[in-house]
Amino acid sequence: MSEFIQQLINGLSVGAMYALIAIGYTLVYGVLRFINFAHSDVFMVGSFTGLYAGRAFTQASWAGGVTVMLVSMLACAVLGIVIERVAYKPLRSRSKLTVLITAIGVSMLLQNVAQLVFGTNQQAFPDTLPATTFQLGKLVVSSKDLVVLGFTLCLLGGLEYIVLKTRIGTAMRAVSFNPQAAALMGIPIDRIISFTFGLGSALAAAGGFLWAYKFPRIDPFMGVAPGLTAFVAAVLGGIGNITGAALGGLMLGVIETMVKGSRWSTWTEAIAFVLLILVLLFKPAGLLGRVQAEKV
Amino acid sequence: MSQSAPPAASIFRRHFRHFLLLTAVTVLGLVGCKPSDGSGAGSGTGAIKVGEFASLTGNEAAFGRSSHQGTVLAVEEINAAGGVLGRQLELITEDNQSKQDESATAVKKLISRDKVVAVLGEVASGRSLEAAPICQQYKIPQISPSSTNPKVTQMGDYIFRVCFIDPFQGTVMAKFAQSTLKAKKVAVLTDVGAPYSVGLATFFKERFVGDGGEIVAEQKFTNTDKDFKAQLTAIKSVAPDAVFVPAYYSQVTLIVLQARELGITVPFFGGDGWEAPELLQGSGSGEALEGCYFSTHFSPDQDSPRAKEFVKSYEAKYGAKPDAMAALGYDSALLLADAIRRAGVAEPTQIRDMLAQTKDFDGVSGMMTLDADRNARKSAVIIGIRDGKFVYKETVNP
Repeated sequence: MSEFIQQLINGLSVGAMYALIAIGYTLVYGVLRFINFAHSDVFMVGSFTGLYAGRAFTQASWAGGVTVMLVSMLACAVLGIVIERVAYKPLRSRSKLTVLITAIGVSMLLQNVAQLVFGTNQQAFPDTLPATTFQLGKLVVSSKDLVVLGFTLCLLGGLEYIVLKTRIGTAMRAVSFNPQAAALMGIPIDRIISFTFGLGSALAAAGGFLWAYKFPRIDPFMGVAPGLTAFVAAVLGGIGNITGAALGGLMLGVIETMVKGSRWSTWTEAIAFVLLILVLLFKPAGLLGRVQAEKV
Repeated sequence: MSQSAPPAASIFRRHFRHFLLLTAVTVLGLVGCKPSDGSGAGSGTGAIKVGEFASLTGNEAAFGRSSHQGTVLAVEEINAAGGVLGRQLELITEDNQSKQDESATAVKKLISRDKVVAVLGEVASGRSLEAAPICQQYKIPQISPSSTNPKVTQMGDYIFRVCFIDPFQGTVMAKFAQSTLKAKKVAVLTDVGAPYSVGLATFFKERFVGDGGEIVAEQKFTNTDKDFKAQLTAIKSVAPDAVFVPAYYSQVTLIVLQARELGITVPFFGGDGWEAPELLQGSGSGEALEGCYFSTHFSPDQDSPRAKEFVKSYEAKYGAKPDAMAALGYDSALLLADAIRRAGVAEPTQIRDMLAQTKDFDGVSGMMTLDADRNARKSAVIIGIRDGKFVYKETVNP
């Protein structure tokens, strides 16, 4: 039993980071109806920004760690907005396929530039936040896992507030619901889309920072594997649905961990994808997605 | 295809004589060039070209760089002493970025474009295995400095290595676990994506169980994994006396850090894939790995005049102590030069024959004799981690 709870904690803490990345996919899909494949590389840039910003602090401290995270979130928000303005905006009237392929191109560009700038070697990520372990009966819990879960919950709460309670959040929902109608109502579409990219990228950066904090070895290709899992999580939860993405991320994290800890560990990815196929067979829009009638 | 063939064929026929002329000119041009740049696989008078492919960047860059630095040092020393057969050695290096599927291309380029007489490389068994069929096909001898998986030299009679192989390394670590660590129950954590890891785990288990030990858990991961807590939690539940992790340093540190977070306090131990300064990089790594051990080929602290001399010249050039990969990279170039000298001519086939006859070759990583399977028979070294440093523990003879 204690092993089960231990695995649950392990899984939730990885799943929380998948959730943060998955939300970025889902936000962009919500307003633009396309998958931003460069998202996982923004996550990687977030980690590296954290690495360089973290060097300013020699001692691990809460204030320092949170500052480093905010710096990388800000940097990646700007990066996300720039990517949208330069690569996606000129193609907005083109077919979705053109934008999709551009996104793959941007992803490769980021990976290759990162190799040039940061080098291709693995780098050790400094300890930016204090870390200890707690003994709870037979369970041993690392503060890292709790920090990751806690930070993710705070970020999700903040996001929920922005989307549901603020004017700009209302505008985002309006654009997502019907861009033409939103534009007719006087909503500045371009600014809303930029904001959405910034928000999604900032969450990816937070995910990247937490990922590097938990697994302190980073390299320019680190985004590929978690990015793919997070994408699956977004689809599983119902792409375009924020709660769905968070739920999908947590679910995949827990399932992955349970499988890895069992004797079928080499089947981890196969099981994640079989699950995705099964969910899509019975609920084609994902767990929390709503089915939209296509006008022909 | 059948639609477009007739015009193409007729154009070809019409211009056949021009084609012939062009081909003849090209061939003559190439032949004419050859003596002047003195390259060629054959017995020219210019530099003898030696190819090297290595992981200079990417995940296992620490290995590639060390090995490469050792090789470069050896080539420089050989050239400073007058070269081989009165000719200088020219080392041509290709980087495969630690990626799969790059090594075959790199080696093809070295053989067909640069016309090297022999190929040195690689550290990782997986990537040596990619290059070996190409070297075998073109009949160019390949010397791997430090790939320990037995399959590497089984690829053909042109493939050699200057290191011991995993059955021996597995035996050494199984004996070490029982005699020094006093471990009766061991858990094994394997990287199923690396032939090196899978092979070493298998040989370790065979010997350890054969000697009366018990394998209480076998967990697996792949080379893109960063989160090992699931596997480690499962390992913790069976309470082993020690954990064997035959993996590469890039993941070993993460594994041990996470194990300590989960409250697993027993020692971890592994093979030569652990040895890189990066293993102890970053805060907390040294403390987490305290009291862990790994087997390898060479230690700068080992007591041999040949090794001491090498450590001195390596330190003078690079400002750091050499590790096993550097020593083996050095030995691979030295052995090749020795074989060319014995062959008396820089021809791939003769070099191969001389390599196969190597006996009691005095390398910096120890005396080696190449057996019938083209593997080196030599001793292993065990290194422990104390106070955040690699410390020489003991030498184990075959």
